Amino acid sequence: MTGMLQLRDIKKHFGPVEVLRGVSFDIAAGECVALVGDNGAGKSTLMKIITGVYQASAGEVILGDRNITGTAPGDIRQLGIEMIYQNLELASQQDVTANIFLGREPTRTVMGLKTGIIDFKSARKQAEEMIRQLGARLPSIDIQVGHLSGGQQQSVAIARALTFSPKVVIMDEPTAALAVREIQHVLDLIKELKGRGIAVILISHRLTDVFEVADRIVALRQGVVIADEPTAKTTMQKVVAHIVGAQ
Amino acid sequence: MPAADTKTLSLKDGTVSFRKARGALRIESLIVLAILVVAMSFASPYFFTVANIFNIVLATSTIGILALGATFVIGSAGIDLSLGSILAFAGVIGALVAAKLGLPWWLAVPACLLAGALAGWINGLVITFGRVPAFVATLGMMGVARGIALLITDGQAIFGLPNALIWLGQGRPFGIPVPAIVFILAAIILHLVLSFTRFGRHTLVIGDNERGARAMGVPVRALRIKIYTLSGVMAGLAGLMTMARVNAGDPTAGMNAELAAITAAIIGGTNLFGGRATILGTVIGALIMGVLQNGLNLLAIPAFWQQISIGMVLVVAVWFDQLAKQDKE
Repeated sequence: MTGMLQLRDIKKHFGPVEVLRGVSFDIAAGECVALVGDNGAGKSTLMKIITGVYQASAGEVILGDRNITGTAPGDIRQLGIEMIYQNLELASQQDVTANIFLGREPTRTVMGLKTGIIDFKSARKQAEEMIRQLGARLPSIDIQVGHLSGGQQQSVAIARALTFSPKVVIMDEPTAALAVREIQHVLDLIKELKGRGIAVILISHRLTDVFEVADRIVALRQGVVIADEPTAKTTMQKVVAHIVGAQ
Repeated sequence: MPAADTKTLSLKDGTVSFRKARGALRIESLIVLAILVVAMSFASPYFFTVANIFNIVLATSTIGILALGATFVIGSAGIDLSLGSILAFAGVIGALVAAKLGLPWWLAVPACLLAGALAGWINGLVITFGRVPAFVATLGMMGVARGIALLITDGQAIFGLPNALIWLGQGRPFGIPVPAIVFILAAIILHLVLSFTRFGRHTLVIGDNERGARAMGVPVRALRIKIYTLSGVMAGLAGLMTMARVNAGDPTAGMNAELAAITAAIIGGTNLFGGRATILGTVIGALIMGVLQNGLNLLAIPAFWQQISIGMVLVVAVWFDQLAKQDKE
């Protein structure tokens, strides 16, 4: 399998601090790669480079056969890479529909001209449909997101990531703040995404989750990949050893 | 204060949807306005005269036009302290064009708007690319714009405006003062922009969660520059109206006008920390400020007390808002 998303020798420094010191790995369509590592290992920085929020100091991000290094966040999403942030990055005073379409509001065409007028009807309909497909239970999609529970808010963030048929979905600690039943929902969802040929990058501290859904585990320590192994060929003890650097 | 939809939240908790009241119109601000109007009508026999209602409308228009721009700025979690100074700067530029340079009178209109836009655009650039906090950038512009207005007029008001221009401030087609018509039109247009366009939606979203908005591809910098430019244009418009009303390009016009404008937006329900704003709320807020100012005038209370009362209203409004927030948490 060739990689759908390839990271080539990514480096990033903030001033004199080297956060990423040459990270490379591939991820194939329908594959779930778990990215593990201690706090400060560079996981979030790496993901923000993929999504265009940060610029890499060196190295390349390749999607399919296209070099997408340095592309703006909105264009990265357009190309099919979505990220569900640990803090969800929702606008809490906006309703569910507004959040799902945040940055990609459908607009109306008036007399053949594209306008900046939001097509509320179509957005609402699609948002409703997406929430239904996900099986998320929300009191209403017209509610301010800030009034929803943590699990419900996460459903909104997931719906936002999946509404535009992504190729790659990055999840940063998606189960950290969830109840047990909700955790299983997220894990089932990841399996379903894999089944649909979507590549998933999972950042998680919960190794039980990682071993349940990931095909490969990439361990990051101090800005370098110190292990990249198929889940089937490693053990929890080994992964822990990689993370804490006990080898 | 609680938005209108918190009450309905507990009523329905099924899969049935309901339309929430869009935005955050505060019933409280309407009550305050009603109390003010009733109190003033008892306090002064002149309050409900036609002439006085025109006075209120005129006072409200200038504050209101500024407050409309402030609504966008504060909704985006910004602040614009340079509104009053830009008003004076734009008015002076307009008066120069119409009275001193011998150009056609109507050129004063785009001149005022462009002067305001330029000042606002510079605010936006300094805030986004210069990474200077909005508070500091616009405080600086407050000094700079006022200073330039004083400099180019040598501190003297420019008189001798053509009649056609004065009509913009003093005319009354169908008995309605022109500034009031301008304010209402501007309010309607900006209401549509805030409620129904991506620009309006994104304005509130970057006020709510700027980092999230950026991660989702909202062009935050370009948007902020547009918002401050809009605020500058509104200050320019207010400058034009003021100049036409007082028949002079006065470099000392609009002193502390930002205080009244920001207060109007805040008591109209705009969240000081961004993310929530409605134009209708701001219009009510501007009316409250207009009635308050007018009432104090009618009761022959010295102008200094106006400053004191407006300042207190602003602080109390934000204080109540914070109290309501604590209750929720």
